[in-house]
Amino acid sequence: MHTVLLTLVTYLPLLGALIIFLMRGSSEEVARTARWIALWTSVVVFGLSIVMWSKFDPTLPGYQFDYQSTWLEGYGVSYHVGVDGISLFFIILSTLLTLVAILAAWQMIIDRIRDYMVAILLLETTLVGLFSSLDMVVFYCFYEATLIPSSMLIGIWGGPKRIFASLTFFLFTFTGSLFMMIGILWIWVHTGTTDIPVLMHQSFSGTVQGWLLLGFVLAFGVKLPLFPLHSWLPNAYSEAPAPTTLLVSGVMSKAGAYGLLRFCILMLPEASHRYSMLIMILGVCAVIYGAVIALAQTDIKRMVAYSSFSHMGLIAIGLFSFTAEGINGALMQVISHGVTISALFLCIAAVTYRAETRSITEFGGVASQMPKLALLGMIFIMANVGLPGTGAFVGELLVMVGALQVSFWIALLGGSTMILGAIYTLVLYRKVIFGAVVKPAVSHMRDLSVRELTILVPLALITLWMGIYPNSFLSVFDPAVVSFTSSGRVAELTSQVHTVAVNSIDTHSAVVR
Amino acid sequence: MAPITSSLFAISVFAPLGGFLIAGLLGRVLGDNFAKFIAILGMLIAVVFSWCVLGNMLHSGISSTIVPLFDWIHAGSFNVSWYLRMDMLSVSMLTMVTSVSLLVHIYSIGYMSHETMPTYRFFAYLSLFTFSMLMLITSDNLIELFFGWEAVGLSSYLLIGYWYTRPSAVAAAIKAFVVNRIADLFFLIGICVLFILSGSVFYDDIFHKIPELANTQYHLFSYGFQAYEFIALLLFIGAMGKSAQLFLHVWLPDAMEGPTPVSALIHAATMVTAGIFLMARMSPLVEFAPHVKMFIVIMGATTAFFAGTVALAQPDIKKSIAYSTCSQLGYMFVAVGVGAYQVAMFHLTTHAFFKALLFLGAGSVIHALHDEQNMFKMGGLSKKLPATCLLMWIGCLALGGIFPFAGYWSKDAILEAAWMSGSTVGYYAWIMTAITAFLTAFYSWRILFLVFHGKPRDQKIYDHAHESSFVMTLPMCVLATGATIGGFTLAPYYIGKYQLAFWNDSIFNAPTNHIMTLMHHAPYLIAKAPLALGILGIIVAFICYIAAPRIPVIMASGLKGIYQFLLNAWYFDKLYDFIFVRPYIALSKILWKVGDQEIVEGMPVAVARITDRSAKGISWIQNGSFAFYAFTMAIGLVVVLATFLIYH
Repeated sequence: MHTVLLTLVTYLPLLGALIIFLMRGSSEEVARTARWIALWTSVVVFGLSIVMWSKFDPTLPGYQFDYQSTWLEGYGVSYHVGVDGISLFFIILSTLLTLVAILAAWQMIIDRIRDYMVAILLLETTLVGLFSSLDMVVFYCFYEATLIPSSMLIGIWGGPKRIFASLTFFLFTFTGSLFMMIGILWIWVHTGTTDIPVLMHQSFSGTVQGWLLLGFVLAFGVKLPLFPLHSWLPNAYSEAPAPTTLLVSGVMSKAGAYGLLRFCILMLPEASHRYSMLIMILGVCAVIYGAVIALAQTDIKRMVAYSSFSHMGLIAIGLFSFTAEGINGALMQVISHGVTISALFLCIAAVTYRAETRSITEFGGVASQMPKLALLGMIFIMANVGLPGTGAFVGELLVMVGALQVSFWIALLGGSTMILGAIYTLVLYRKVIFGAVVKPAVSHMRDLSVRELTILVPLALITLWMGIYPNSFLSVFDPAVVSFTSSGRVAELTSQVHTVAVNSIDTHSAVVR
Repeated sequence: MAPITSSLFAISVFAPLGGFLIAGLLGRVLGDNFAKFIAILGMLIAVVFSWCVLGNMLHSGISSTIVPLFDWIHAGSFNVSWYLRMDMLSVSMLTMVTSVSLLVHIYSIGYMSHETMPTYRFFAYLSLFTFSMLMLITSDNLIELFFGWEAVGLSSYLLIGYWYTRPSAVAAAIKAFVVNRIADLFFLIGICVLFILSGSVFYDDIFHKIPELANTQYHLFSYGFQAYEFIALLLFIGAMGKSAQLFLHVWLPDAMEGPTPVSALIHAATMVTAGIFLMARMSPLVEFAPHVKMFIVIMGATTAFFAGTVALAQPDIKKSIAYSTCSQLGYMFVAVGVGAYQVAMFHLTTHAFFKALLFLGAGSVIHALHDEQNMFKMGGLSKKLPATCLLMWIGCLALGGIFPFAGYWSKDAILEAAWMSGSTVGYYAWIMTAITAFLTAFYSWRILFLVFHGKPRDQKIYDHAHESSFVMTLPMCVLATGATIGGFTLAPYYIGKYQLAFWNDSIFNAPTNHIMTLMHHAPYLIAKAPLALGILGIIVAFICYIAAPRIPVIMASGLKGIYQFLLNAWYFDKLYDFIFVRPYIALSKILWKVGDQEIVEGMPVAVARITDRSAKGISWIQNGSFAFYAFTMAIGLVVVLATFLIYH
């Protein structure tokens, strides 16, 4: 039963895509059926992923729902999948946001609906696949496979500069993952296996780890993106249609975070630890740089794109703090940011769709026309700002606690997102939502439709839920994180982290743990 | 007894939340009157229950009780829960905040009656504001306090920007939020440092650990600080933001853009007092940070003086009172800095009465004059607004520290404590606050004389003025009662002979800190000087604005530099605009245009150009088709397979 569950969650979307792809009939009919099949598939898959959550026992160590079948048997490669506390919410985030993307596309996407739905469902399969793979080759295949549907989603249905955006997105991510491929091949050549749980106990020499780390950081750093590998991001996020943007920013970028945790920190802890300060500094750069640039944007979508980039820096800081709090914070940030940023992109889509422009100066006074949107938007921008009571606060706080154990300055500068984030977010809200209605584009706007509300209200509730009772989520991954940080290879290093901490906090820092 | 009391306590905290949710979500559907009713009902429940709790606490002598709700964050070694803490410090604040807030709610019915837009949103926000403050004061750990702290920031943002079609209101709202956030960052870092040292964010755990961590050092810039000094400094920076102390005060005067009842709430009950409360709550820690305490005294005294001078020159009635708040908060920090937290809490409470009264009075004037705020267009309004005039007089008597009104008792206590602390900074604080006592009386009566006495300066405005309705004057009467009798009735409990039993260990004074007994032995002249200075201030104001109204005009033109300096509030806004706001916007544009568009994005553009050139004439890239992607990926697969085959 359990094994089947994960397989179903992974391959049902593929089946759905196949059915839609094989449909014949008049284009209108096909479009309508395609929508419904896609919707039902994603609802069922989301439901099954929730069942997985309920069946998941966080107290058990190791992987659950795992399934291993022979594949390239003689080569030490097998189809090995499974879920642990860390990957579970990445999977649920994928299934949730796919459902959201399909609902959001209902009205927003008008041409080639069948292809669109096929692409989205394919993307879901590949995402769930990559988050659940326990074999590096399987992971690599899924990881690469996400690129095809996502590049298509940007390139076919995007805005005016879509081809360019899609191309840079593809080339960047693909180039990055080539480095990962070299790393995987090297590992396979020298150990004869690509099984992740096995490799977790494999230690490589210092120099080798350094090179492997470089490869993986390049691959996942592009995806996250890590400063300064983000140049594909503003175009991809702003040119893609909203349902795609929310998948790319909400889930695909999180694949970068997932990879950094799984392959760098847990598999190459010594090297990761050696270069952790460097990556944390890059994280700080992203936080500040993204936030500063966001303020200057004239295109609403680009502003939120830079905001998303800025928040990714925090994830990097949290992960590479090598503390249980920091990693927990980063994971919390992953899921809360995934939900919040998707909702923000949808809110923006709601106004830009109505006004048919993305220029900030064309708005003003939307609150008078769309009070429901103003309310929901307020919840999401406050989540973006990291106000307590929203999931983002929990993430930021824990990241800060983690970072502070390493360096006061990293914590302070990374924490500057509290200020800089507030500046651009509130300015955006003021320019769009507040003010008097003077622009013609705004005066005809109608408030959110029932369909839009059915997407945004649950997302708002989830945002608040994550802020008020984050234990529902933390209790799933905290045991896994603690077991990684308190025993085994990472733990040996964290005692060294403490010597760093002791430098700054004197003898009593030992009290912390 | 205790379980019932704690449930009453919890209900009292959450009733305003209920009011906010129901009024805010259903107000549009069920109408304004319903929203008002629900919001006020929620507040009424909160007030009644809070008074019950206060009565029970005093009666039964329960010390501190924790009311557990549910878990919040549990990650690694970091634990936080939603717990409420019921002790005298939180309960005394609870009663004060809910009571003032209820009065403001009632007053708002009248004040907002001229609005054309539905006002359910306003009442919902007021309840949210109150709830946020209640979470702040009843928190059992610092993170929960921070929740309330930030929620207060959010509600103030919503309320200051309530009239969101006015650009100035929205700008002021953003300013308030951002300036507070700057302070909050340091506050949060302080909390995290404290967590790392003590392993907990719960007050009880921290306070238990404090003696053993007293000699811990915190290294920064390869220089060791005493850890408590460092943490206390970070917490104080947070308090400076919320309580509008010098350098971080710039948001407070602008917060006047919100409807006047909001100002009454911000200044009296729900926001600016948070900083003082934080210091009192963390008194077990602050007591171990002598240098920071000195810094607090200096900041407090300087802010008191600074804001007092600025209030002298403001033509806007609300701005004048706003700077007065800033100044009075300085007084409270002086008390905190010399270790007399009880006195700070006492002044906080009496100040809540008379400052709320003054703002509601100012609101009544503004309402009567159809949104005119310039005092130089008023005058002689005592005939038109007799009730408001009387109530404002009471408020000013209390603010000016005239016997036997509330301010006299609390302000005198602060000056005495400052003097009796016996340190240089204590004397500095005494001198500054004594001068400010004179300034306070002067600007208070300047307001009274300009608004209510003399001849009407603008006949048209004067003719249209009308006394406010009963629903507005009633809350003011209640506050006026508090401003009159609050001083001598509360003094024995807050700072007098019953203080130990009253506070019941909720505020900590170090064993070496005897200020609470010493302050009652101040020399006679020192103790009476502020009253004398206050009366002098009234006399000077009378001369300037009634007897010889030419004096201020001559002074303003004669000492133009000083007048402009004061009118522009020491040019802080211009300075900040010049050194922070403009450079930041410029940096943002430069980084975007040069850093991102040219350098970071330039890279892939160059790459793409090469690709594009090589692909010219081939349509598959232009179509964005699979083929290109699939082809490139196939190369990858081939490499993988090849490696497998070669090395196997």
